[in-house]
Amino acid sequence: MMGQIIFFCLFTLAVVIFARNARRIYKNIKLGKAVDRSDRPIERLKLMLLVAFGQKKMFKKPIPALLHLFVYVGFCIINIEMLEIIIDGLFGTHRVFYSLGTFYSGLIYTFEWLAFAVLFSCIIFLVRRSALRIYRFGGRELKNWPRTDANLILIAEILLMTAFLFMNAADLKLQQLDHPVYHHAGAFPVSQFLLPLLPESAPALVALERFCWWFHIIGVLAFLNYLPVSKHLHIILAFPNTYFSKLEPKGKFDNMPTVTHEVKAMLDPSLPPPTNEVGRFGVKDVQDLTWKNLLDAYACTECGRCTAACPANITGKLLSPRKIMMDTRDRLAEVGQNIAKNGRFQEDNKSLIDSYIMREEIWACTTCNACVEACPVNIDPLEIILGLRQYAVMEESQAPTSINAMFGNLENNGAPWKYAQADRANWINQ
Amino acid sequence: MEKTFHIPTVAEMAAKGERPDLLFWVGCAGSFDERAQRITKSVCKILQHVGVKYAVLGTEENCTGDPAKRAGNEFLFQMQALMNIEVLNGYEITKIVTACPHCFNTIKNEYPNLGGNFEVIHHTQLIQSLITEGKLKPADGNEFRGKRITYHDPCYLGRANEVYEAPRQVLEVLDADLVELKRCRSNGLCCGAGGAQMFKEPEPGKKEVNVERMEDVIESQATIVAAACPFCMTMLRDGVKAKDKEKQIEILDIAEITVRANNM
Repeated sequence: MMGQIIFFCLFTLAVVIFARNARRIYKNIKLGKAVDRSDRPIERLKLMLLVAFGQKKMFKKPIPALLHLFVYVGFCIINIEMLEIIIDGLFGTHRVFYSLGTFYSGLIYTFEWLAFAVLFSCIIFLVRRSALRIYRFGGRELKNWPRTDANLILIAEILLMTAFLFMNAADLKLQQLDHPVYHHAGAFPVSQFLLPLLPESAPALVALERFCWWFHIIGVLAFLNYLPVSKHLHIILAFPNTYFSKLEPKGKFDNMPTVTHEVKAMLDPSLPPPTNEVGRFGVKDVQDLTWKNLLDAYACTECGRCTAACPANITGKLLSPRKIMMDTRDRLAEVGQNIAKNGRFQEDNKSLIDSYIMREEIWACTTCNACVEACPVNIDPLEIILGLRQYAVMEESQAPTSINAMFGNLENNGAPWKYAQADRANWINQ
Repeated sequence: MEKTFHIPTVAEMAAKGERPDLLFWVGCAGSFDERAQRITKSVCKILQHVGVKYAVLGTEENCTGDPAKRAGNEFLFQMQALMNIEVLNGYEITKIVTACPHCFNTIKNEYPNLGGNFEVIHHTQLIQSLITEGKLKPADGNEFRGKRITYHDPCYLGRANEVYEAPRQVLEVLDADLVELKRCRSNGLCCGAGGAQMFKEPEPGKKEVNVERMEDVIESQATIVAAACPFCMTMLRDGVKAKDKEKQIEILDIAEITVRANNM
C-alpha cells in the first residue's frame, strides 16, 4: 500500500512539473510573430509521417540512421510497457497484462530485443561522440553543457535499459523458483543470459527486481522532466515541427508586406502613404522571429548535420547553423524567464544579434540552403540568418562596405556592378 | 565572338507590333561579365537554331534584386522587382527563360505576390525539352564523346528549386563519361558566391569555398565541369586557377556544351 502511495505521489508530481514546463515552452514559442502554416493539412500530414515518423532525411547517413531507428522504435514500443508499469504501480498488481497469455509473451519478447538494440545503439553513440573524431560533434558551440547534455541522455538511456533487462532477468528467475507473486508469463530472449549474474535467494531476487522496477520508473519520470531543459525535446517537437514546415520551394523567401506598401507609395505618388504603424524591419531579438523559427529552436537536437554541410563552416568561417539555432533557443529561454519574473519583458540590454549571434557569422552565409536540406526535422536556420541581415541593413545600415557599394550600384545602375545601365545591351553587338 | 545573327529586343518587336513567345532574361552577369556573355550568346544561338520567337529586354532589363534581398535590403529588392514587373507586364510577357539560377528563383518564386506572374524556366530545362522534342541532337562525332564530364549543381537551381534532372539529361545525350561529384544533387556544395558573397570579401577562415569545391572536382578526375550558373562559373574558374589546373580542367556552361555538341 505504501508503495502505491509513493508511486501515486511521484507520478503526479512528474506529470504536473512536466505540464508546467510544457506550458512555459508553449508560451515562449507564442512570443514569435504570426505566420500562417495551417494550409494544405493533408500534404503537411504526409510530410510529418515521412520526415518525422518515417525518418526519411536521417537515411542520408545510413549507419547513424539505423542506430537512431533502433533507439526511436525502442523508445516508442517500450512505452507500451510503461502503461503496464503505471497500472501496476497505482494498483499494486504485478505484470497486470500477463493474462493476455501468448500475446503478452510476444510483447515482452519484442521489448527485450528492442531494449537490447537501444542499449547497443546508445553505447555505439557514446563511443562515436567521445572517441571518433566526427566533424559534426566538434565545434565551439558543442562544448560544456551541450556536450554534457548529449552524454547524460545516452547514459540515462543505457541505465534505463540495463535496469529493464535486470528487472526481467530477476523476474524470470523468480518464476523459475515458483515464487507466488511472479506469474509464469513473458519470454526473455535477452535477459536470460543475465541469470548467472543474479543472486540465488528469493528475497535477494525480489529486492533486485523491485529495485530495478523503481529505478526504471523513477528514471523515466525524471527523464520526462529533463526533456524541457535538454536538446532531447526533439522526440516530441520533431512532429509538430515537420508538420508546420515551409511547403514552398526552399529558394523562396517571403516578401515583407510592409515594405511593399512603402515601395508602391514611393513609385506611385498618387497612392496614399502607409498609415499603420510599421514594426521593426528584420530580426533584432527573438520576438522578431516567427513562432515557427522559435519552434525550430526547441526542436533542434544539436546533431550538427546542418553545420557539417555548411560551406562557410567547413571552410573555417565562424558561422555554424547549429549555433544559430542554439543561440535562438538560449536567448528565448532567457527572454521567457525575464517575462515570467517581471510580468512583461523588461529591457535587459541584450539581443539575439550581438549578444548571441555575431555579425561575422551572419555575413558568412551563402544562403545555399544546405543546412535546411540537411536537417532531419526540417529546421530552417537560413530564415533567421536573413532576418538578422535585414535588421542590420534596414534598421541600422550596418552592412559590410562592399555590400553597401553593391546596393549603391543596384540603385543607380540596375546592376550590382559599376556599369552604366545604358551599356547593358552592349553584348548584343560585340 | 563575332556576331553572325541578329538578337532581337522586345522594344524592337513591339515597334513592329509583335510580341516574343519567349523572353530571354539575360541577367546582370550575362550582360556585363565577359565570360558570362559567352553563355548568353550560346543561349541565343540555341534559340535561333531551333527557331523560337524570342527577344531580350536589352537596356530595359534591371537586376532582379536577388543580391539585395539575400543581403537583407528588402526595400531595394522590391524596388527592382516592381520596376521589372512593370516592364514585363507592359510588354505582356508570359514566358521567360534565363541562364541564371538566381534570376530564375527570384522571378519564379518572389515576383508572383508582387504582381509578376510568369512561366519561368531555366535554360537547362529549355535545352532538355528541346532535346526531348528532337529539335536538338548532338552530332555523332561530337567533341565531348568519351570525355570525363561532371556537373556542379547550382544551389538556386538544385536545392532551392529541385531542378536536378534537366541539366543531367542534357549531358547524358553526349555519349560522354559522366561522373558525379562526391557532394551532388541535394547534397551539392555551394560554389561560394550565393547570398551576395559574390560582392564582398569572404569572412576570415581557413579556405575559400570554391577551393573546397574544386577539390571535389579534382577527386572526380573530370576534365570538364558543366556549370549552369554564371556565378558558379566565376567561382569554379577561380577555383581552377587557385589549384593551378587550368590546363587540365575546363569549365563550360551547359548552353556552351550544347552549342558545341550540335555544331552550331
